[in-house]
Amino acid sequence: MYVYSEFDRDFVRDRNAQFREQVARRLSGALTEDEFKPLRLMNGVYLQLHAYMLRVAIPYGTLNSAQMRKLAYLAQRWDKGYGHFTTRQNIQYNWPALTDIPDMLDALAEVGMHAIQTSGNTIRNVTADHFAGAAADEIADPRPVAELLRQWSTDHPEFQYLPRKFKIAVTGSPLDRAVIRAHDIGLRLVRDADGAPGYEVIVGGGLGRTPMVGQVLTPFLPQADLLPYVEAIVSVYNLLGRRDNKYKARIKITVHENGIDEIRRRVEARFARLRKEFRGVDQQMLASIEAQFAPPAFEVGRSALPYEDAREIDPVFQAWSDTNIHPHKRDDHAIVTVSLKRPGETPGDASAEQMRVLADLAQEFGHDELRISHEQNVILPHVHRADLPTLHARLRRAGLATANAGLISDIIACPGMDYCALATARSIPVAQEIASRFEALKLEHEVGPMKIKISGCINACGHHHVGHIGILGLDRAGVENYQITLGGDAGPDMVLGERAGAGFPADRIVDAVEALVRGYLDLRAGPAETFLDTYRRLGAEPFRAILYPTEKVHAA
Amino acid sequence: MNVIVTDRGFGHEAIPTVWISLAEALSAPAEGVADLRVHLDPDTDPAALAPLLGRLGAVRVAFPSSADGRGFTIARQLRLMGYEGSLRAYGHVIADQYSLARRAGFDDVEISHDLASRQPEHMWTGPESRRQQDYQARLRG
Ligand code: SF4
Repeated sequence: MYVYSEFDRDFVRDRNAQFREQVARRLSGALTEDEFKPLRLMNGVYLQLHAYMLRVAIPYGTLNSAQMRKLAYLAQRWDKGYGHFTTRQNIQYNWPALTDIPDMLDALAEVGMHAIQTSGNTIRNVTADHFAGAAADEIADPRPVAELLRQWSTDHPEFQYLPRKFKIAVTGSPLDRAVIRAHDIGLRLVRDADGAPGYEVIVGGGLGRTPMVGQVLTPFLPQADLLPYVEAIVSVYNLLGRRDNKYKARIKITVHENGIDEIRRRVEARFARLRKEFRGVDQQMLASIEAQFAPPAFEVGRSALPYEDAREIDPVFQAWSDTNIHPHKRDDHAIVTVSLKRPGETPGDASAEQMRVLADLAQEFGHDELRISHEQNVILPHVHRADLPTLHARLRRAGLATANAGLISDIIACPGMDYCALATARSIPVAQEIASRFEALKLEHEVGPMKIKISGCINACGHHHVGHIGILGLDRAGVENYQITLGGDAGPDMVLGERAGAGFPADRIVDAVEALVRGYLDLRAGPAETFLDTYRRLGAEPFRAILYPTEKVHAA
Repeated sequence: MNVIVTDRGFGHEAIPTVWISLAEALSAPAEGVADLRVHLDPDTDPAALAPLLGRLGAVRVAFPSSADGRGFTIARQLRLMGYEGSLRAYGHVIADQYSLARRAGFDDVEISHDLASRQPEHMWTGPESRRQQDYQARLRG
């Protein structure tokens, strides 16, 4: 894992001192609220419905046990004993006092963490595949380049006051677990015909009120060209992006309005000027970052038999290992997903106590590594299979052994009306009710892979457009109303879901989801056909007929 | 009279600069007229200055609001195009942006008296506005 250099440490320390002083100047009136707002945002401080919120970066989703324990400490000392993991590999504290935040930032700095650029109209925390460095299907670990981008984007003098926020994601796998086509810039590690490393560069993706699938700006960018090329993209956007309307300010709209060819032309012109500014030092730094991400010293020669045995005798372990384990690049190891989606709980919330348990387990069984996934779960990326039964038992005791990764109750939900000032409806309670309903029905494992995603307003932080079933909470004349989209997919060939039809009131949305799922079970060609496959085979009509049985549905 | 902020602190121009617009500069006769002092609006495409590069005496870029960062890119582009003359940020630039402005290529910042009295000199020259670390310079080498 990357360890802060002296340079990083000095930077974060000075930045924290600067923010402490800015808070003081805001309180004295030397800074107006308008002037202070971008400053607090670029240090992760939001003004929410009830209080300030601090959003802490977990760069590319990777952290160690000491860092996890520090997150637990913050939750206990300055919040209500828990934190909320988000869809962008951050953790949010919903109840700190503004005057405590400088102390919280200093505490984070002790373990090499920060909240820099987790909000505001700037380049945000760079996200990456949460199975990075461990997955069997990976071409290369995306985290070193994500770290390089973190450094390059931090306090970049040109890009602190962009038209709008700017999100970059990197994946090292063709399976794309980082949803790169839904980002302002998405990067996929690829190799050219001669095996030289480079990147496929995607631009202009995003969800929100105008969802768009990102487009290929270049299919192959040589590795050494990355920083000047990305700098060229953001620089073009900074001048060309719209500032007259905040809903048209993201780069997806700039790309849409100007066309991908015009954007490419401008980026290449800018790139031609910038390329020579980079004299290769960045590549040396990348190499030294890569060395820090060397794989841990795996235990070799140890038998995985205890795992096989436990699967045979313990059905609870078997069910959990069916869903919450992913193939590791080493056969005798596994990637473990610890679900933060226990039915009835808030998706993505973890208590300080649970965070400490996870830190202990990472230390004992997981080479001291943890990951936060954009699906709001915690990952232990390197666990020997022989340790899985013990690990599972320990997770059970902490209420962390929910066997639902990738299933219907593994729901992504934004904070919604419970926390968010922009919300038009609640989203967490809907997630809780759906999970509890399917828990009671005992249908979850029969239904198989299913991604439900819920947003509390059209800003789409819950990614409902790419849910197999998406739910969008709206306000219809003061009453919550939930619109369903169908057939979305966040995979490598990202697909935006289609609106099913009229929305449902809060007391009928869970019934509607149940009806859809029961309908799918009737319609599927066999148990191996997933909801998404059935939807693709049959189209929306049979599902619309299930949702709106009294309306005449015409085949399109 | 506006305040000019430099690394040495607050100052004033003994004789205020007379600025002309980009359109005026572009229509100035090519012969004989050097030392053009051009004021740029934030929606200017820096490439439009290419024909003037050899004849510019000073450039001033407007910041209509401290949240509008286009001027930072304009400054950097002008420097990348080879412009080495005086480059000034003008308008709603706050003390917290001084180090960004300098690193983007500006030499100084011109602010109103109101702003200068709300954010006095020490806020611009304190250690916080003189951050040493510069990730970008470090990566470029
Ligand atoms: S989708 Fe809307 S309600 Fe949900 S977090 Fe985003 S802005 Fe808030």
